[in-house]
Amino acid sequence: MAAILEAKDLHAFYGPTHVLHGINFSVEPGGITTLLGANGAGKTTTLRALSGMVGTRGQIFFDGQAISGKATEAIVRYGIAHVPEGRGTIAGLTVEENLKVGAYTQKDKTKIGQDYERVYNYFPRLKERIKQQAGTLSGGEQQMLAVSRALMMRPRLLLLDEPSFGLAPLVVQDIFRILRTINRDEKVSMLLVEQNASQALAVADHAYLLETGRVVLSGTSEEIRNDDTVRRSYLGY
Amino acid sequence: MEAFLQQVLSGLATGGIYASVALALVMIYKATHLVNFAQGEMAMFSTYIAWQLITWGMPYWGAFFLAIAISFVGGVIIERTIIRPFEGHDAILAVITVFIGLLLILNSVAGWTWEYIIKVFPSPFPTKAFVGGALSGHQFGLLGVTLAMLALVFVFFRFTPLGLAMRAAAENPTSSRLVGINASWMLALGWGLASAIGAVAGMMVAPIVYLDPGMMGGILIYGFAGALFGGIDNPWGAVVGGFLVGVLENIMGVYVVGTELKLTVALVLIVGVLVAKPSGLFGKALVTRV
Repeated sequence: MAAILEAKDLHAFYGPTHVLHGINFSVEPGGITTLLGANGAGKTTTLRALSGMVGTRGQIFFDGQAISGKATEAIVRYGIAHVPEGRGTIAGLTVEENLKVGAYTQKDKTKIGQDYERVYNYFPRLKERIKQQAGTLSGGEQQMLAVSRALMMRPRLLLLDEPSFGLAPLVVQDIFRILRTINRDEKVSMLLVEQNASQALAVADHAYLLETGRVVLSGTSEEIRNDDTVRRSYLGY
Repeated sequence: MEAFLQQVLSGLATGGIYASVALALVMIYKATHLVNFAQGEMAMFSTYIAWQLITWGMPYWGAFFLAIAISFVGGVIIERTIIRPFEGHDAILAVITVFIGLLLILNSVAGWTWEYIIKVFPSPFPTKAFVGGALSGHQFGLLGVTLAMLALVFVFFRFTPLGLAMRAAAENPTSSRLVGINASWMLALGWGLASAIGAVAGMMVAPIVYLDPGMMGGILIYGFAGALFGGIDNPWGAVVGGFLVGVLENIMGVYVVGTELKLTVALVLIVGVLVAKPSGLFGKALVTRV
């Protein structure tokens, strides 16, 4: 099966600083792929490169179409939703307004209406907080809101940047369980960036290990989990 | 007592002008975190455009709305050409310098084009008095126009998808772009809107202060005081602040400090707010994690 997302020899830059040194990876349609690595390995940068938020060189194909070099606003319209690092809550808007903003590219009013119900179904807690300012939500709720806002775009691919960041273990489990449900029920492919390697390997089918801007290891989650280096350095046993 | 009430009412009328200027300042501030010092001169320039249109024989309201439209486009062009190069940079001083440069350019071009001689600017409202003589026809009319405009702006930001997108883009450009909003253009629209709001304020105040290139200098300070008083990051706080400053200015001018020292009241208020409560009455205190 052809990959839904494929990066070939992808380089990324912050100004003059070369951060990604020609990485190759792909995401299978309907699959969950995870990028693992320590702080500064280039995980977040990879997602930013895919969304056109940093300078890049190399090729990115989404569903066979070249999207490298396009503006962020344009890439979104292909059906790629990016849940950014730190959740990207628009703090001054209410929960409902955040979701409405998420539906900015959607034109069909009835579908948008259904989408509110769809995301409240995944995250009932948000429904209780519709009129609340998003900045006053707890960290877990903000993460739910971030995922929900992305779902409002009816994406075919979700880019998730550390959904477990700063959350209590129980909340993390909750969010990963729901992400899995979304992946299964809606056939949304996912590219997951995580420092929490064991959690990520538990949901993903493929994994890539990044070190200082290069892919040093790749394979199915099973293979990566059983790799000695990974086990010692990232899983801690 | 009746005299006092009259002062309050006419204070509210001028307060409407300050509220509009304050709102325009806050709109730019929300997006850039900087106060646009050229806002007053932009409004002055818009008023000259309206004056020119009227002088060419256009009916008042035609000139009024055309001047608003031209100001909107002008605001967008200013953002696209001289503010955009600084977008995303942390060049605070550079942008402030640009604001001051814009102020000087608009002032000089207005003076050069239309001369520095004071001009009479017409009022579209009848001269008879309203509210038992407390408000002149123009004050009454300007209050109505200002309130209608504020209501329109409120509805736009609160209930339209474009208004929501503009709020989102001003607050969090990155997240907005990730949902497909062209955040950069939203900022330009914000400039257009601020410029259009300023145009209304300029045209409404010109019959009172007369038209000359320096006409908005004091008004910008009152508007700024109002914005700070209400909270520079809160549009509706700033509007309330503008009205309060109008009333305060009038009362202080009549009963306490006299007309000559009225502007001092605004300056004292600016310093007072910055010292005692920088976030203003309704603003959020800005907390930065280090």
